[in-house]
Amino acid sequence: MENEQSFSDICGGRLALQRRYYSPSCREFCLSSPRLSLRSLTVVTSTVWLAAYGLFTVCENSVVLSAAIFITLLGLLGYLHFVKIDQETLLIIDSLGIQMTSSYASGKESTTFIEMDKVKDVIINEAIYMKVIYYLCILLKDPVEPHEISQVVPVFQSAKPRLDCLIEVYRSCQEILAHQKAPSTSPQAHQKAPSTSPSIQKASIVSRGK
Amino acid sequence: MVSFGDPGMVLKAFFPTCCAAADSGLLVGRWVPEQSSAVVLAVVHFPFIPSQVKEFLAQVQQTSQVGVAVLGTWCHRRQEPEDNLGHFLEGLSAIFSHEPWLQLCREKGSTFWSCKATRWQGSTSPGAPSEDQVMIVFYDQRKVLLSQLHPPAILPDQETGDAAAGAVGLAAVFHTVARSEVLFRSDRFDEGPVRLSHWQSDGVEASILVELAKWASGPICLLLASLLSLVSAVSACWLFKLWPLPFIWSKLSTCEQLRYRLEQLTLIFSPQKAENPSQRMRKANMCVSVLLDVALGLTLLSWLHGKGRIEQLADALVPVADRVAEELQHLLQWLMGAPAGLKMNRALDQVLGRFFLYHIHLWISYIHLMSPFIERIVWHVGLSACLGLTVSLSILSDIIALLTFHIYCFYVYGARLYCLKICGLSSLWRLFRGKKWNVLRQRVDSCSYDLDQLFIGTLLFTILVFLLPTTALYYLVFTLLRLLVITVQGLIHLLVDLINSLPLYALGLRLCRPYRLAAGVKFRVLEQEAGRPLRLLMQINPLSYGRVVHTYRLPRYGCHPTHSWGSLCRKLFFGELIYPWRQREDKQD
Repeated sequence: MENEQSFSDICGGRLALQRRYYSPSCREFCLSSPRLSLRSLTVVTSTVWLAAYGLFTVCENSVVLSAAIFITLLGLLGYLHFVKIDQETLLIIDSLGIQMTSSYASGKESTTFIEMDKVKDVIINEAIYMKVIYYLCILLKDPVEPHEISQVVPVFQSAKPRLDCLIEVYRSCQEILAHQKAPSTSPQAHQKAPSTSPSIQKASIVSRGK
Repeated sequence: MVSFGDPGMVLKAFFPTCCAAADSGLLVGRWVPEQSSAVVLAVVHFPFIPSQVKEFLAQVQQTSQVGVAVLGTWCHRRQEPEDNLGHFLEGLSAIFSHEPWLQLCREKGSTFWSCKATRWQGSTSPGAPSEDQVMIVFYDQRKVLLSQLHPPAILPDQETGDAAAGAVGLAAVFHTVARSEVLFRSDRFDEGPVRLSHWQSDGVEASILVELAKWASGPICLLLASLLSLVSAVSACWLFKLWPLPFIWSKLSTCEQLRYRLEQLTLIFSPQKAENPSQRMRKANMCVSVLLDVALGLTLLSWLHGKGRIEQLADALVPVADRVAEELQHLLQWLMGAPAGLKMNRALDQVLGRFFLYHIHLWISYIHLMSPFIERIVWHVGLSACLGLTVSLSILSDIIALLTFHIYCFYVYGARLYCLKICGLSSLWRLFRGKKWNVLRQRVDSCSYDLDQLFIGTLLFTILVFLLPTTALYYLVFTLLRLLVITVQGLIHLLVDLINSLPLYALGLRLCRPYRLAAGVKFRVLEQEAGRPLRLLMQINPLSYGRVVHTYRLPRYGCHPTHSWGSLCRKLFFGELIYPWRQREDKQD
């Protein structure tokens, strides 16, 4: 089952959330950011080349011009390969784990997989930056102390969707995580009913996150 | 059988991609109850005798310490559906009892599979089996066998015994496949009692060159190891321990580099095999590093010996030394005048200036004395490049140190003079205020001085204060020069360090065979159909280049100064001598 919806990120840009329900135990959420716009590319290239031409008229050395072209090309390639993230995907598989993939504009994909044994919970956390923003994160268990949280892994870091989008993803994840929490007998302090509105963890955990 | 896992968890069947085209048969592998996952290792084909299969599996279990068992049946329907085959397969579950019993089935021409997992024990209605939800995860057996997880799931000292139980999570899959090598030795073309299908089904993989190299490496290693032990015995001879030779050896970076290389070569050619993968990687990295070093050195050698460059170099060396000395003389003349508009104490200025000028004069005479032999020396030094580029760079660093020895001497004189002055000043300053340093209590105490003590003390204090700018200026200038030389030497050492410690074999492996160095796994969901079990593809997520370098970096002999910037500035202010290469004595590993 596939579903596509349009949301906006914290800066006001457009985001597209694509949901795929492969099976009752496997779901995928794909957030796509807008592509590199031709306008910003033209603006940056023109400024760099105008500056280089200005320098050339001052020092009369043509190396400046070729260096400017070289720098622009390298900079663009580096930006596409290392900085510009086009799509972020969250794949959650019951009793296997959670996988996060970032696809860059050059086609490179960087994947992280967290096994279900290490996942304590998926929550929406609040952060106080210049304004208050919300982010979805995965809490990892401490291997030594099972009730302690050892790490907070934020999800959708480059897309930065708003709360409405996060609530959708959160509800779906909790439906799947409920399967794995229900049979366990240890008391869970963070047990949340999946259909009610999510409780938002206050900023006490913010300092531990990245 | 043993425990049957949590009935609430989805059952995961890890199926090798190479067996997807195999004929019908029995599924053989390991059941991990904690994760409710069945790792299928091979498929046993018809015809077989159940008792022989059980015997074979018991043998494999004993040899490899992995709990291999029959997990279920595999049915690959090539023609029209055969009902008798289906009944036959179901009958097998009575012979090889295993909880839960897997039944994988694939239709010809269909990409979707059907899968059933039945359990008899623990079912809600007795007499009827309960079925679990199944998820099929495909994995590439060869890649999982060859790959190595970082950080390693099992520590090397836990390898003995039933260590397969120690791996948690997906590392258990890797561990199971890696330990079951003995199962992969027989395949379906063998004449034995069982015919298996696994990743070696198309014939056992081997390379003639690799086998030849392994066979030849034994005697070659012995020969080279004996040669190297001879060399180390000679170098440990008592002749080289006579003073002042050990002192000179410790100061020259060439000797350090040669000793380091000798240690590495001894390790590479030692006849005992490496126990664990990290030692093997270390050996391989060292070997590639040495080979690259020698290759670069030979390139340098061929470049030097062509077109008469040695003569050019030797001819340029003496004028360069002359030029440096001339510049120093100019500098001293400038200091003896009124440098930067500061007014120096004329008498002290002249004394110091003349002292240093005389030193420079001695040095130039020494260089001119050596000049006929320079070309011969340079030629012999150029030969050292065949030992490696790092040795040549170390020799270059040592030559720079020798040529700028006078700057080092000036720095030491200036620093000592300045240090004495500062000590004197601080002590007399305390006298001026009526205090003194209590050595017993390590603190400043008040003290009543006599009048003549106070008088002389104050006089000396005034003299020292007014002479301070001159000494400080000389100290500053020579310290800056010394720091410049140290920076140049430091850059050369950095380059040598880079060549020494970069793990090139590991980087090459990451580039060409990324599945060998695994940071983890990643999953891809394959084509789905409603009502069919979920199918996933498990791929290996390779380690990033930064982590490869960090994990496999070779140990180097310490050459980075361990001072922090704060302590360095403090030492400079108080005139204490800085020894940037002090750490050579205690090697860091």
